[in-house]
Amino acid sequence: MSNAALTLKDVHKSFGRTAIISGVSLEIGRGERHAIIGPNGAGKSTLFNLISGRFPVSSGRIELKGEDITNLEPHVINRKGLSRSFQITNIFPRLSVYENVRCAVLWAAGSRYSFWQRIGALGAVRQRADEIVEQIGMTKRRHKLASVLTYAEQRALEIGITIAGGAEVILLDEPTAGMSRSETDDAVELIRKVTQDKTLVMVEHDMSVVFNLADRISVLVYGEVIASGPPEEIRSNKAVQEAYLGTEQH
Amino acid sequence: MQQSIALGEPVAGVLGRRRLLFWFAVAALFALLPAAFRQSFALSMLSQMGIAIIFALSYNMLLGQTGLLSFGHAVYFGLGAFFTAHAINWVGAGRIWFPITFMPLIGGLAGLFFGLLFGFVTTRRAGTPFAMISLGIAEMVAASALMFTAFFGGEGGIATNRTAGGALLGVDYGPQIQVYYLIAGWCLVCTIAMFALTQTPLGRMANAVRDNPERAMFVGYNPTRVRWLMLSLSAGFAGVAGGLSAINYEIVTAETLGVMASGSVVLMAFIGGIGHFWGPVVGAILVTFLQSALSTYTQAWLLYFGLFFLVIIMFSPGGIANLITMHKPAWQTGLFRRLIPSYVLAAATGAVMMTGFVALIEMIYHYEAKEASTRAFGILGLRLDPETLGSWLLTLALLAAGVALFWWASRFVRRAWDTVTPELQARGAV
Repeated sequence: MSNAALTLKDVHKSFGRTAIISGVSLEIGRGERHAIIGPNGAGKSTLFNLISGRFPVSSGRIELKGEDITNLEPHVINRKGLSRSFQITNIFPRLSVYENVRCAVLWAAGSRYSFWQRIGALGAVRQRADEIVEQIGMTKRRHKLASVLTYAEQRALEIGITIAGGAEVILLDEPTAGMSRSETDDAVELIRKVTQDKTLVMVEHDMSVVFNLADRISVLVYGEVIASGPPEEIRSNKAVQEAYLGTEQH
Repeated sequence: MQQSIALGEPVAGVLGRRRLLFWFAVAALFALLPAAFRQSFALSMLSQMGIAIIFALSYNMLLGQTGLLSFGHAVYFGLGAFFTAHAINWVGAGRIWFPITFMPLIGGLAGLFFGLLFGFVTTRRAGTPFAMISLGIAEMVAASALMFTAFFGGEGGIATNRTAGGALLGVDYGPQIQVYYLIAGWCLVCTIAMFALTQTPLGRMANAVRDNPERAMFVGYNPTRVRWLMLSLSAGFAGVAGGLSAINYEIVTAETLGVMASGSVVLMAFIGGIGHFWGPVVGAILVTFLQSALSTYTQAWLLYFGLFFLVIIMFSPGGIANLITMHKPAWQTGLFRRLIPSYVLAAATGAVMMTGFVALIEMIYHYEAKEASTRAFGILGLRLDPETLGSWLLTLALLAAGVALFWWASRFVRRAWDTVTPELQARGAV
């Protein structure tokens, strides 16, 4: 129990009378790479929004490292060590690559709302930001405005912002969506590298990415988890094949 | 073309060697300006400009840096002014002792206090709701100013006497030149402080919240808190400017915190350019100049001012600062030379158009004038009389020719840019 990074207990979410998530229970162990798959409209992104505090849950309980985080505000959850990326690129368009990353480093570095320190003089912040920029392979593009980057670069920056704060639990929402084959391969390598020793939960449509990265897979259909287990088990699961894999892989 | 990066990149120190040199140059400029402009008219205009610069920069902490469009920033300026005026009167009555030199601090603290108070409510929302709430607060405070006459002095306002503190080290702030130096000193200190703020974690996160408040939440920052702090600090600087205005004019009326005054600072920021730290400085200088200089030449000055604003917003939404920064790559690569001929042409034809335009407005304005004897007027050696058909035809011909010529010249400007832009791109300058 104490070894779980993230625990969902009978989580429900309805918009008006429409139930999107109907009783999801999940336990994701520390250091695990967990993929959530499922057909469009299954509620994968909604589930992420509930975990990260973007939407309040209708009922149920969410725990981060054993601590109740249900319905806390996003910035509070983030400070407790959970960070997420977005399906639709969500960056600071009028800041440079470096500044995007630096903003994501600041809180974790203890800068809070400081207006008495010169940001350039914060050695630890600069070092960490440099490190992240290098990890996402953007050292040469560090002074470019985020809005002028290519799509794949923006996606990489999105991941950089997500990991910069050093959160232990990382949620990635379709990190390779819209990428070419080679861009996807690069992204997988990047994700593998930056989530070393961390807990990763990802929503992903690309099955090669899922089976390449994930230790465990949960299948979400119509707001319910119909199967959860290691990749081989999911691949051979009849219900999953019917509901999802069977139709997508042909 | 993106000007916003100029706000703090590459990360140069606030007091690095080059920056320090720059601040010294500004200080020297402030010190020498009165020697260049000896008339009392010029000196009082320079004083006004100093106050306007602090006010406009403080406003841009909200608009340009945090993305908050406020229609009520004069509230903090005005409250700062009232508190300062009362404090000076207390000094005059012998109830407290406080040097006049530091009196703007009282205004700053008042601004900060009301920024914290009102901001707590207003910054819960951004965008249009924030703009509307700021307008509501402005109206509320303006209405209160007329209701609570003991503090605000009703229609007459609160008069004060800046010499009340007596002389300190031979400075009693009787002569305007002493007040000018007081304003210049505070202007420099506040400008450095506001620039320094852009280089702090809060200042950078304000930009992040402006760009994408939701993402800011997911990196651990509460956007409401960032907005609130920025508004409070900005209100503090506005209060300092208000305090200086109380000392400068020795009277504070309800107009000081009214919606008109709030609108004026919006214009300064936009005309100068909100995307650049120095933009509002340009705007403050220009608007103050137009307000005092233009009004001595023509009674239709508000009309010109409005049109000027319109033209800036339509043709250079980034303000004058953006017009300047967009030439920076061309200047650095030496390609600016290729733009000069077309610019000269555009300036010459633009002058013809402007003359025609001004002539037309003045013709209409003078036609409305009460006494026939004052109707005729001169413009650039041209004698125009709204009573004669010839003058009307001449004016219209001038305007039509000006528009046609300028339109023709603008094509050369465009063509010059079309040749320069690809080359700039090839050299990686943009």
